[in-house]
Amino acid sequence: MSVIDKATFEELKQISGVDFINELIDAFLDDAPNMIQSMQSGHDTKDIESFRRNAHSLKSNANTFGAMELGMLAKELEFMAKDNNLDIGNRLEVLKETFDKAAAELREMRT
Amino acid sequence: MKSAHEPGHLLVVDDNKVNRMLLSRSLEKQGHKIDIAENGKQALEKLRVDSFDLVLLDIEMPEMNGYQVLEICLQDPELRDIPIIMTSSLDEIDSVVKCVELGAEDYLNKPVNPILLRARVNASLEKKRLRDEQRKLFRTFATKEVADELLRSGFSLGGKYVNASVMFADIRSFTSIGEKQKPADTIDLLNNYFALMFDAIVSNNGTVNQMEGDGFMAIFGAPIYYDGHREYAVRAALEMIELLKVFNAGQATQNKVRIKIGIGIASGEVIAGYAGTQHRATYTCVGDTVNTAARIEKYTKEAQRPILIDQHTKEGLPNDIEVESLGPILFQGKQLPIHIFAVNG
Repeated sequence: MSVIDKATFEELKQISGVDFINELIDAFLDDAPNMIQSMQSGHDTKDIESFRRNAHSLKSNANTFGAMELGMLAKELEFMAKDNNLDIGNRLEVLKETFDKAAAELREMRT
Repeated sequence: MKSAHEPGHLLVVDDNKVNRMLLSRSLEKQGHKIDIAENGKQALEKLRVDSFDLVLLDIEMPEMNGYQVLEICLQDPELRDIPIIMTSSLDEIDSVVKCVELGAEDYLNKPVNPILLRARVNASLEKKRLRDEQRKLFRTFATKEVADELLRSGFSLGGKYVNASVMFADIRSFTSIGEKQKPADTIDLLNNYFALMFDAIVSNNGTVNQMEGDGFMAIFGAPIYYDGHREYAVRAALEMIELLKVFNAGQATQNKVRIKIGIGIASGEVIAGYAGTQHRATYTCVGDTVNTAARIEKYTKEAQRPILIDQHTKEGLPNDIEVESLGPILFQGKQLPIHIFAVNG
């Protein structure tokens, strides 16, 4: 089952231009693992601000590409951090898995 | 007027690479020249060395966030006139409201819709162009303080009662020594004349706010109040007459036209405000005092005196300015006579 919302992705392609979409996907696939890594270390070192900011950034990009589930998970974590709550259970692991699925699909969608 | 679609130099500030790429690409496609900054600190550095027409500013950023950048820009006289559009995600609406209240020009939700982007960016650029033009205009007509005050208040001064002195000045006669002069010479003459007169007014804290033909109106004490507005107005008038003497002497040696002027000043309560439309407007004053000043100026011809003032103005003058009573004069359309004084230069 697809984890990328086709309508959102097509709209993005329209906005960016077909030639530019690959560059955008590459930038995201390059950047997102760093954001997730920063969330992990933010969580481990109790740097809530860094955790929150990176969750925010990941959410923003996920929504741009139509990775809705990833966007929702990131948003939930961002808002928990806003409430000073880092009791996130296994949410970060779930987020990583969701990202991997989205990333694989986006790689396929490169033209 | 310049086209609303003229390209500008824009700064895109976002810590997120994808957002930066998308925004810059969209804006480049719309013909603008784009620079990017990856955080608030970098943005301020760029804003201080280069000139920009517009900033698109992300709120969430490390180092220095968009909110802090906005605050610094708004407090910096060099930066506060650059419009800033906040770019944010949908769930940041509280921060966006805060930014707009603080003075951000507008906001856009990410991912940014290109049509909305075009509309907002062009509207902001157009507004900035108008402001820049108005600033240039103001700087020739008013002191830096007044120009800044008008721009700072965004021309939204509304109407309010203020105590001020109003001056009307008009050319009473052209004395030609030689033959009739050419049209180009006449315009040249007017330009030189106005430049001298405006210098006298602006250096005495006045603002020239209306021109009509060879006449103009100036305000002293508004939009920035000066205690000595009556004295400033009269000193400006005296300076105008002095400058005109020098001007006429110069004209005479070249066998050119000489000018005689009449100046009328009245002081009191006026309604001052910014009136007009979005595209053409001016800071102006209306009310009885303004009428009186206009009437007094007309009366200079009959009285054969270059500077006439009303009683209110006279009462605000120090002893070293000599005045002579011409008695009460009943002007057409006025119910009560007005006591008129001639100022001796």
